[in-house]
Amino acid sequence: MSSDVVTFTQQLINGLTLGSVYGLIAIGYTMVYGIIGMINFAHGDIYMIGAFHSLIAILVLGFFGITWVPLALVFVLVFAVGLTALYGWAVERIAYRPLRGSSRLAPLISAIGMSILLQNFVLLAQGARGKPLPHVTEDQFGKVPLFSGDGITAQITHEQIMIILVTIALMIGFTLAIKRTSLGRQQRACEQDMKMAALVGVNIDRTIALTFIMGAALACIAGLMVTLYYGFIDFYIGFVAGIKAFSAAVVGGIGSLPGAMLGGLLIGFIEVFFSGYVSVDYKDVAAFGVLVLVLIFRPTGLLGRPEIEKV
Amino acid sequence: MAVSQLFGSRAGARALTPSQEMLRTAAGAGVLTILLASLIIGVETVSSTGQLDFVTRYKEVFIAGIGVFCASLVVSHMRAGKPVVGVIGGGGLALLLFVILMAQDESGRLAWLLPFKSPIVNWSVLLIPAAICARGVSLMVSAGMAAAGRTAPSVRAGAVVERILPWVGIVLIVLALALPWLPLGERTQAKKIIDICTIVLTYIMLGWGLNVVVGLAGLLDLGYVAFYAVGAYTYAMLSVYYDWSFWVCLPLAGLFAALFGVALGFPVLRLRGDYLAIVTLGFGEMVRIILVNWKPVTGGPAGINKIPRASFFGLPMERNIPEGVVGFSEYFGLVFNPNHRVIFLYYLVLLAALTVNFFTLRVRKLPLGRAWEALREDETACRALGINPTNTKLTAFAVGAMFAGFAGSFFAARNGFIDPQSFVFLESAVILAIVVLGGLGSQVGIVLAALVLIGVPELFRELSNYRMLAFGIGMVLIMIWRPGGLMAHRDPTIRLHGAAGGETR
Repeated sequence: MSSDVVTFTQQLINGLTLGSVYGLIAIGYTMVYGIIGMINFAHGDIYMIGAFHSLIAILVLGFFGITWVPLALVFVLVFAVGLTALYGWAVERIAYRPLRGSSRLAPLISAIGMSILLQNFVLLAQGARGKPLPHVTEDQFGKVPLFSGDGITAQITHEQIMIILVTIALMIGFTLAIKRTSLGRQQRACEQDMKMAALVGVNIDRTIALTFIMGAALACIAGLMVTLYYGFIDFYIGFVAGIKAFSAAVVGGIGSLPGAMLGGLLIGFIEVFFSGYVSVDYKDVAAFGVLVLVLIFRPTGLLGRPEIEKV
Repeated sequence: MAVSQLFGSRAGARALTPSQEMLRTAAGAGVLTILLASLIIGVETVSSTGQLDFVTRYKEVFIAGIGVFCASLVVSHMRAGKPVVGVIGGGGLALLLFVILMAQDESGRLAWLLPFKSPIVNWSVLLIPAAICARGVSLMVSAGMAAAGRTAPSVRAGAVVERILPWVGIVLIVLALALPWLPLGERTQAKKIIDICTIVLTYIMLGWGLNVVVGLAGLLDLGYVAFYAVGAYTYAMLSVYYDWSFWVCLPLAGLFAALFGVALGFPVLRLRGDYLAIVTLGFGEMVRIILVNWKPVTGGPAGINKIPRASFFGLPMERNIPEGVVGFSEYFGLVFNPNHRVIFLYYLVLLAALTVNFFTLRVRKLPLGRAWEALREDETACRALGINPTNTKLTAFAVGAMFAGFAGSFFAARNGFIDPQSFVFLESAVILAIVVLGGLGSQVGIVLAALVLIGVPELFRELSNYRMLAFGIGMVLIMIWRPGGLMAHRDPTIRLHGAAGGETR
């Protein structure tokens, strides 16, 4: 097989991985936007806090001698995801709930303030230097060679397999949850008409709080996977990932779960292929360029419903 | 009070007595604080020889949890009409912490109350009980006044503010004009103060420019800093590469920024609301990435150095001027003083900012300004009335961008060097925060917001990271307390039937 095909396959796998991560973060944006119509700017930083929680949890577990990966991962998932979900809840409670029903811009500014706050909070508490993942888990992850040609081998790492599988599982789980469970029905009711939902007995505050908790939990899982995949995090990772994931949510059609995933994959592929074949420096320009192009030709995103204007 | 708003009572399933309810809320807040802080604050990661290690800081976490518990308890009592608790509790704790801090006795018996390593954090902890105490006192005073049958001072203060509001603008302008002549202390200190005021004025100008886009035309622009960057780089490149004078570059910078605004706005202006926000954010990032990577032209991450300063109608104001050129101080027979240049730039920016203000106030009375406001209120109705939304939005974008371009070239002239680091998203967020916190559409409000958001943190520049933390907290708190901004004015300039509103500043 020629080396072009091998490189292409490798890029495809990398793009799928990155896209899955963006997709998971994008779900948090898209759910919140769907229900209360605000850009939750602090969501990228919730993802960053999730990554830090995961890293610290791995570190502490290593201290207690729990280094067998499956067991460690379960512990990390419970602790890090739980605590990060609490952050999601607290952010909504502190910064957004008092502003519900005020102008459209007030929650946005509050969210930007929250984002600055969380970023600097982690910066002050954990320092500005990037944190490498401890080596305890490293040796247990391997690589699976797929096929090779002209001396290059396309391979998929165990982390990548994990990221892709976890994302697929979470996507299926979430789609079912939104479609079938009573919470999902309440969320969809709030999305359509919050006042009417309240009239028929939906607890609005609880539904919105749970939406934030779910978004934060997904962001934390994305953070955990990025921590394992790249093995290096710092306090600033939330911003770039956040705006790309939000772009992904917009590209896919905001408010739509499959749209968020599709948008995430699209942004991930473009970023990886652009850096592979054109230029690494301008990969973000390409990602935002696609955002602009999609919005020009489909103003409500790829899978978004067309907005009906009411006068 | 914010804390009680944050952890306010929930409608419990069982009926609880008020004090039980308060206790439960406070306990919940305390436990939540401990959980939130448990990993991020409680475990500090330390890199030692490449391997990551950690140390625990659990004392801090528990102190924070107990502190939040007590604060929540006291605040809910205050809200229930017992401000005495707040005065005594807050005042007592503040006094105690003050004594501990003044004693500076690290091994003292009470030193465990303030285990935080940084003195800044320790002193800010003191502020919280002090604020609770102050709020309690003010509540008691107004309660006493009400009992005595007089209007509470806060109500009267509101009425006074309402009455003097039209004069605030004039007073601020007079103050701004007189600033360099006021006794500001020593020369270096005066220079610092005037320099900070120049920065604040630049942000006021940016705020007024963005106000045209967001406040008047209702277009949410999260990438405004891109135009600021275009203005700054236009001046820097033209003056450094081609040796053009500041006065030639200034209009060009505005023009380029406006052109850029049109080029950017054209494809995206049919998007609505938040879609526009994310696209403008993307554009802002794109501009920054291009500035970082297009090294031959923009100098890359290092930026552009040695940008010439503005000259006084051709008279240079630097200390070292080439042979044969008459400097400003020589021409006017003054002793050379480096402050002259700073004061001159200050007046330049002031003049430019006032021009922007005058323009905005006038344009609101023109058909164009009316069309912007109408578009903000209802786009569909505007179309029906024959207003071309695209053109109207484009003019708003271009005008706002032009002002940012002017501000950018003043920024480059003040700093003497520029790099892409000055044009990150945070700047856009700060400018937007100034506009929104000022109260959308209020020119005076933007000045006050810029003074609060830029002037105050600028005074505490040494505290760098804590400054940004406080900045974020401030943004959230101001929004919670005053969701409409410091001076809420979003009324259209005119209304049918002369309903409330009329001319607003």
